[in-house]
Amino acid sequence: MQNDNMIEIDGNVVLLEGEKNLLEVIRKSGVKMPTFCYHSDLSIYGACRMCMVEDENGRLMASCSTIPRPGMKIRTNTARLRKYRRNIIELLLANHCRDCTTCKNSGTCKLQDLAVQFGIEDVRFSDTRGTLDVDDSSPCIIRDPGKCILCGDCVRECNEVQNVGVIDFAYRGSKAQISTSFGVPIGETACVGCGQCASACPTGAIIVRDNRSIVWNMLDDRKAFVTCEIAPAVRVAIGKELGVPDGENSMGKIVGALHRMGFDEVYDTSTGADFTTIEEANEFVERLKTGENLPIFTSCCPAWVKYAETRYPGILPNLSTCKSPMQMFATVIKEHYKGHLPEGKTKHYHVAIMPCTAKKMEASRNEFKDGDEPYVDTVITTRELIKMIKESGIVFEECDPEAVDMPFGTMSGAGVIFGVTGGVTEAVLRKVVQDGSKASLATIAYSGVRGMEGVKEAYLQVGDREIHIAVVSGLRNASELIEKIKSGEKHYDLVEVMACRYGCISGAGQPYISRRRRVSRQKGLYDADRTSLIKRSQDNPLMDSLYAGMLKGREHELLHVDYVKDGQK
Amino acid sequence: MIRFESREDLDKYRGIWKKAYDMEKRKILICGGTGCVAGGSLEIFDRLKQLLEEKGLSVELELTDEPHKDVVGLKRSGCHGFCEMGPLVRIEPEGWLYTKCSLDDCEEIVNETIIGGRCIDRLAYKQDGKVYERQDDIPFYRKQTRVVLEHCGHINALSIKDYIAIGGYQALEKALFDMTPEQIIDEVTTSNLRGRGGAGFPAARKWESARAEKAYPKYIVCNGDEGDPGAFMDRSVMEGDPHRLLEGMIIAGIAVGAAEGYIYVRAEYPLAVERLRTAIAEAEQYGILGDRILGTNVSFHLHINRGAGAFVCGEGTALTASIEGLRGMPRVKPPRMVQKGLFGKPSVLNNVETLANVPGIITKGGAWFRSIGPANSPGTKAFALTGKIKNTGLIEVPMGTTLREVIFDIGGGMRDNTEFKAVQIGGPSGGCLTQKDLDLPLDFDSLKKVGAMIGSGGLVVMDSDTCMVEVARFFMHFTQNESCGKCVPCREGTNRMLEILERLVNGQGRDGDIEMLEDLADTIKNTSLCGLGQSAPNPVLSTIREFRSEYEAHIYEKRCPAGQCVKLRRYFINPDVCRGCSKCARNCPVSAINGVIKKPFEIDQDKCIRCGTCMEKCSFKAIRMEA
Repeated sequence: MQNDNMIEIDGNVVLLEGEKNLLEVIRKSGVKMPTFCYHSDLSIYGACRMCMVEDENGRLMASCSTIPRPGMKIRTNTARLRKYRRNIIELLLANHCRDCTTCKNSGTCKLQDLAVQFGIEDVRFSDTRGTLDVDDSSPCIIRDPGKCILCGDCVRECNEVQNVGVIDFAYRGSKAQISTSFGVPIGETACVGCGQCASACPTGAIIVRDNRSIVWNMLDDRKAFVTCEIAPAVRVAIGKELGVPDGENSMGKIVGALHRMGFDEVYDTSTGADFTTIEEANEFVERLKTGENLPIFTSCCPAWVKYAETRYPGILPNLSTCKSPMQMFATVIKEHYKGHLPEGKTKHYHVAIMPCTAKKMEASRNEFKDGDEPYVDTVITTRELIKMIKESGIVFEECDPEAVDMPFGTMSGAGVIFGVTGGVTEAVLRKVVQDGSKASLATIAYSGVRGMEGVKEAYLQVGDREIHIAVVSGLRNASELIEKIKSGEKHYDLVEVMACRYGCISGAGQPYISRRRRVSRQKGLYDADRTSLIKRSQDNPLMDSLYAGMLKGREHELLHVDYVKDGQK
Repeated sequence: MIRFESREDLDKYRGIWKKAYDMEKRKILICGGTGCVAGGSLEIFDRLKQLLEEKGLSVELELTDEPHKDVVGLKRSGCHGFCEMGPLVRIEPEGWLYTKCSLDDCEEIVNETIIGGRCIDRLAYKQDGKVYERQDDIPFYRKQTRVVLEHCGHINALSIKDYIAIGGYQALEKALFDMTPEQIIDEVTTSNLRGRGGAGFPAARKWESARAEKAYPKYIVCNGDEGDPGAFMDRSVMEGDPHRLLEGMIIAGIAVGAAEGYIYVRAEYPLAVERLRTAIAEAEQYGILGDRILGTNVSFHLHINRGAGAFVCGEGTALTASIEGLRGMPRVKPPRMVQKGLFGKPSVLNNVETLANVPGIITKGGAWFRSIGPANSPGTKAFALTGKIKNTGLIEVPMGTTLREVIFDIGGGMRDNTEFKAVQIGGPSGGCLTQKDLDLPLDFDSLKKVGAMIGSGGLVVMDSDTCMVEVARFFMHFTQNESCGKCVPCREGTNRMLEILERLVNGQGRDGDIEMLEDLADTIKNTSLCGLGQSAPNPVLSTIREFRSEYEAHIYEKRCPAGQCVKLRRYFINPDVCRGCSKCARNCPVSAINGVIKKPFEIDQDKCIRCGTCMEKCSFKAIRMEA
């Protein structure tokens, strides 16, 4: 221990590399320190007390909130630490629903995992839980306070990352609960449906609404013509739980699996994204000409749209009037088969497979209905699709890849990168900048739109004008940016907003992975773009035929939405 | 209304008001503390005023700028501490104390005492057949050393003039004009003043650290969220001598370099809030508080924040969160309060009693303060003395005074001459001390050694009729209710400890319960996030340590040795005495008593709910209770 930047963990010397807390150092040293309330993205909360460690003098400290000092000698696994951890888990279990097998989160529950890990086979305390009502008022998430361990992860996610803040602690002591203000159902609050609370939740206290049975019923209905679309981000996240490395593009396998499950036609939302790119680019160019309603804000993300509606209604005129790629594609396909269903079919169901929980809310919005019929009949998330594949018995890793169906089976690389922060902007720029050369595409890619930062700025010369662009992910970042725009501190022409940090790849419908590993998903999407024949949306031959056909003269009716007007309804 | 623009201005008016104060022929000080106000002291004040005016006497409710002779000063004072004898009326210059006064006594007080100059023995305090006319002679007061509480009960608590007349704000003058901030901190360091809020952290060290911080603004925060059940030391200071606290805070502000202060008072102390508001308004008017204090370029602004009554808000980070408008929950440390406290800025958090000690230290010097009590815990400490003793109330003694002196000399010994069993010190965070600890000096370190703590200064004396399991249950119920619910061990653990303790007092204790209590206590004590949780098991651990046999009796014999646990009582009818009148059976609310008239009745123990009605109603004393 001559180096003054070393500490000792369970007898092993570990180099300090600027870790903010002892917990990170311990994990780096190869010890899987248990925690419930620690998330590197969130502030240090220090409530679960699972990460307590001991120094050589027997002094106890919570490693999450201890600053590592060189020379420390830390023990992470002593008899009393094990006892304390066991007691804490037992105390949590005593006040927790223990019907693990019927819990939607069974298998992905941290409490369950740690109870097994620490061998808790008996709970010495009586079950004195009161009955707490399940809140299923939201189309996106379901809250079951009986399964809540009050780690506060959801509260911090909602407040710190998303700046939505519709949930917080209420009551005290053992009566403490996570609640909306005055206990109103979450569906009636300003909740944007991003579902990040559910992603952060270590137990089944907040889960994503599960629409699997709806889809199964559709597939079982022999009179029903069932189509589906798969969002870009799904293909690089589904693998993790199905024996394929995270980040690997599994689109072909997904299509194959869906065909085997009984979907009549399977499509790619990237195709919808091509419509969005063209429409949004045209809209942007038009606004640049007139100078009205600038900056233009993207509107693909339904959680962001809801956030703008509740928090910043004043900027709604700045939102792009384009429907989201999911809705554009759904509109086109429903319109296409309207009155022309294949023989023997009497109804058309369209399912969207999304990385996103807010899409469930978007699908139920009145703006996206043809009469009473929603364009998207139901939305399932990546995780629901994983469960459906498992349920159906299909061995995913052995599943033969297949191509999506025709007539809507072509898409561009621009459409695929919609799934990562900066992707929409890059796609739109490929249309706005008319030059389709390799050099031009590279200029766009390296303008600053790519990368995992929460706020990115890019400047691009288009004709005689320099366009100012901001790309934000995470609603707190968005709100801070909007404040700067409002105060005049910043000026932009185009602002892309995605509610989830890093974009759709870390949507709440995806299997949860750590921040570091999200890079692999991002890479997966850019790889797909690089290997695609068609780079630009406007080069997708399907666009030409549709704009000359079905969409001719009806672009606005079918592909646009007016959130300002509809908000006033 | 004048505003003091210089030290000379203040000194000039101090002279005027001192003269007015001295020229008052007689002072009547009616206790205006919460206890006596509840007993009707404000009505007594009004009545005395009316009577004095009717008699044509010149009554002065506040010192005047034109002193004149032959006035009677009628003042509402702060708490005298002898609350159970209230409403209290003190007569000066004789120093007589009238106890348990009522409206009917007012005429006699005016005629006999104010006009006649005679003491009314009927109203004087009596103990063991002896009449004590003078307050200072009463054993309860004689053994006390009042430093922080020196003015409580002796000056008009609603007027800055009284405070200034008797030398108040001299420490501020000194700090402002004669000392540098470093010298102030040095003086407090010399005094070794340790925080009176519980942990006993040296005050000067906090000040020094906060002073060293670069960030600005800085804050002085006063913790007046006295939450221990039964404790009211800080309330008494805020109600009875608010300017003393203000002066301490302004000096702390000068020392630290803070221009802003917050007093966090519980909303359950409306009188304290009112008095503080009055005091702040007056101090601001005279230029003692606010911008350009006494004409200097030093500023200090004070705000009052009312707490909604959460015990956990006594914890520093929870308290500042509450002031900021957030939920009162402790946060992890570091950063410490002195680095990032209120509004994320360097803050000094001291409790009321600590800050109220500051003016004395500045005027009389740190060495003087250090000469009181032991060197490692100098100064005095106020205690709220309650329980099964003769004299209950608020007392102040030098640190290091023994428990025996407090209980038997000041407290007058056990009420009804029962046997002393234990004393709970430090409230829900403390522990119990027993017979063997009676000669233990009361100071921070001695108590820590025996697993107890001074806490904020609650002392509950218990006799042989007190069940220690029930005491533990009571405090656990309190902490359980007051836990903020943030960390798992405190939220869930105290809940389970309470569950077990409730089981014990209800006669449903099981083998292994004591061990389970110890197991949980160990976990909670060592893993909780804040002081509330870390100290929550103390009452249980100390009662198990000292009275394990009582726990065992509850579990294995289903018996409460002290006879306090209702559910463990057994009622029996003595067949030799019972006349078979059936009165008990007719009065039993659950029809648990059966029998044939004129033959001995019997109680069905399974049905009996141990209410004791039968024993109360029996005309022949045929029913006995077994604990």
